[in-house]
Amino acid sequence: MSPVIEVRNLRKTYGAGDTAVHALRGLDLTVEKGEYIAIMGASGSGKSTLLNILGCLDVPTSGKYLLDGIDTGEFDEEQLSLLRNRKIGFVFQSFNLVPRTTALANVELPLVYAGVRRAQRRERALAALELVGLKERTHHKPNELSGGQQQRVAIARALVTSPAIVLADEPTGNLDTESSREVLGILDRLNASGRTVVLITHEDEVAAHAMRTVRVVDGRVAGVLV
Amino acid sequence: MRLFEIGAFAVRGLTANKMRSGLTTLGILIGVASVILLIAVGNGASSAVQQSIAGLGTNILTISPQRAQPGSSAKPLTTADAAALVSPDSPDVKYASPVVSAQATAGYGSTSYAINQFIGSDPHYFETTNSAVAQGNLFSDNDVQQARKVVVIGATVATQLFPGTDPVGKSMLVNNIPFTVVGVLAAKGSSGLQDADDMAVAPLTTTQNALTGYGSLTQIVVQARSADALPNAQAQVTTILNGRHKITGTTADYRILSQDQLLTARTATTETFTVLLASVAAISLLVGGIGITNIMLVTVTERIREIGIRKAVGAPRSSILGQFLIEATLLSLFGGALGVAAGMIGSQFTIAGIKPVLVPSSVLLAFAVSALIGLFFGSYPASRAAKLRPIEALRHE
Ligand SMILES: Nc1ncnc2c1ncn2[C@@H]1O[C@H](COP(=O)(O)OP(=O)(O)OP(=O)(O)O)[C@@H](O)[C@H]1O
Ligand SMILES: [Mg+2]
Repeated sequence: MSPVIEVRNLRKTYGAGDTAVHALRGLDLTVEKGEYIAIMGASGSGKSTLLNILGCLDVPTSGKYLLDGIDTGEFDEEQLSLLRNRKIGFVFQSFNLVPRTTALANVELPLVYAGVRRAQRRERALAALELVGLKERTHHKPNELSGGQQQRVAIARALVTSPAIVLADEPTGNLDTESSREVLGILDRLNASGRTVVLITHEDEVAAHAMRTVRVVDGRVAGVLV
Repeated sequence: MRLFEIGAFAVRGLTANKMRSGLTTLGILIGVASVILLIAVGNGASSAVQQSIAGLGTNILTISPQRAQPGSSAKPLTTADAAALVSPDSPDVKYASPVVSAQATAGYGSTSYAINQFIGSDPHYFETTNSAVAQGNLFSDNDVQQARKVVVIGATVATQLFPGTDPVGKSMLVNNIPFTVVGVLAAKGSSGLQDADDMAVAPLTTTQNALTGYGSLTQIVVQARSADALPNAQAQVTTILNGRHKITGTTADYRILSQDQLLTARTATTETFTVLLASVAAISLLVGGIGITNIMLVTVTERIREIGIRKAVGAPRSSILGQFLIEATLLSLFGGALGVAAGMIGSQFTIAGIKPVLVPSSVLLAFAVSALIGLFFGSYPASRAAKLRPIEALRHE
């Protein structure tokens, strides 16, 4: 069976000429189905750049990225949006919920774009919110929720489409210890139920939840700690 | 993904920030309403002038003295000229009223008022100029023969000089000469540029005695038997006057204007006025358009992050475009419709003495232009944002 993520000689350069920043310099990475991986590395080493490319939010300058065996390099924008919708759940450090919109509507959002019917949409969104323990907060807007609650809504939104992979860029970076524990607990359970999880973190306690830790140095994978 | 869902997003987007939607609507409303109103005022002014001229009747000729070529002797227009115009030689002339006019200061009790036009003529003048009496009576031919000091005043003079009292029978001073007010004329209203009721009419003889002296008449107003007889009447008048003034060439010492010519001349001036107002309206449409542009750009720019979020969870470009297009359309239509309503309601009121008259094409123009501006500047930046990669949109400040 092919790995869920396969990255070969990935390069990403921002800008051009003298001011060009080489964020990724030929990175290789393979993630098997059902794995739980932590990505660590110094600030500016290219972790976010990598995860954005894995989430199809950005495209590499060169290199190959196979998602579930499909070469994403051959996809146009329309197909990429389909991929983001069906295969990927992305959790941001800064939550990125649609403002002035209820938790329920935020979680339903990917399902709307997936064309799921109203009744089923509601049912699945409520189930996802229940999974992250926010059944009582479904009609709250982001500004009426704590940071930890907002992040749990974001996770519910990421998992509501049952994606092949869940990507999280420092999901606990803005949270206190208690909220972090809750969020990590949810990710643990997600992984236990068979979902592939890739997260970026600066903290060893967070990385300890993962099966293995990938260390990124200067846009390359420096070593894999199991 | 159905259109209905995108429409629901659009409506939710609009209601989520009511302040922003309200301001955008207001911008479009003001742009549309001001254009409609300004053009209606211009149009109202010009149609008022046309009406007041047309009100004089289409069977009128106005003869006024004109300086002839230097050196040649110009004869004044006289009462005898006027009398001679009604004769068996001119079967198509019904009346010919001699007219003198001057400005005069009138006083009653402690109030005084400068009357714009103090006219001396004969009783036919009232019929010729379509002036009806509202209170009291007109003066008679006998009054003219006896040079009685009687006067018929216009509505404006009545309200200015006799507020709260009945002017009929009162004695008012005109340039310190006492005149008895015998009647008040019915109001004709403002003709846009000049108040037609700011006048008084006294017998010709009295006016010449008291105010103007016995020089040339200001005008002779000729009424033809009918509008169709006007060209014949003009020819007959010309023959008689040429004979009396011994005019052989083409340079007469008088000028005959028909109502048609007067109308054409006045229409030209009011058209200039309308063009002026229309250009002011065009500028306000432009300014309104810039306002709409501005608020639409801000609206979309502050939502580029939202666009990024939607793209990150898998929204295709078309659905984002659709959402913003529907939002912009709803705002533009709503604001435009309110603007049309405001413009129409506003044009029901008299503004600066002018009764506005709606121009249907201006309603359409204002509505279409603002709606298109709103649509373009609502959807163009959104379409640019929708083309961004999700991460670029999310990072947008
Ligand atoms: N849009 C961009 N334009 C130019 N340079 C960029 C851009 N995004 C990232 N970079 C540069 O690429 C490099 C890698 O950035 P990246 O965000 O991947 O680092 P990171 O490992 O996530 O760091 P941190 O731990 O601080 O989040 C940095 O030097 C950064 O300055
Ligand atoms: Mg980062």
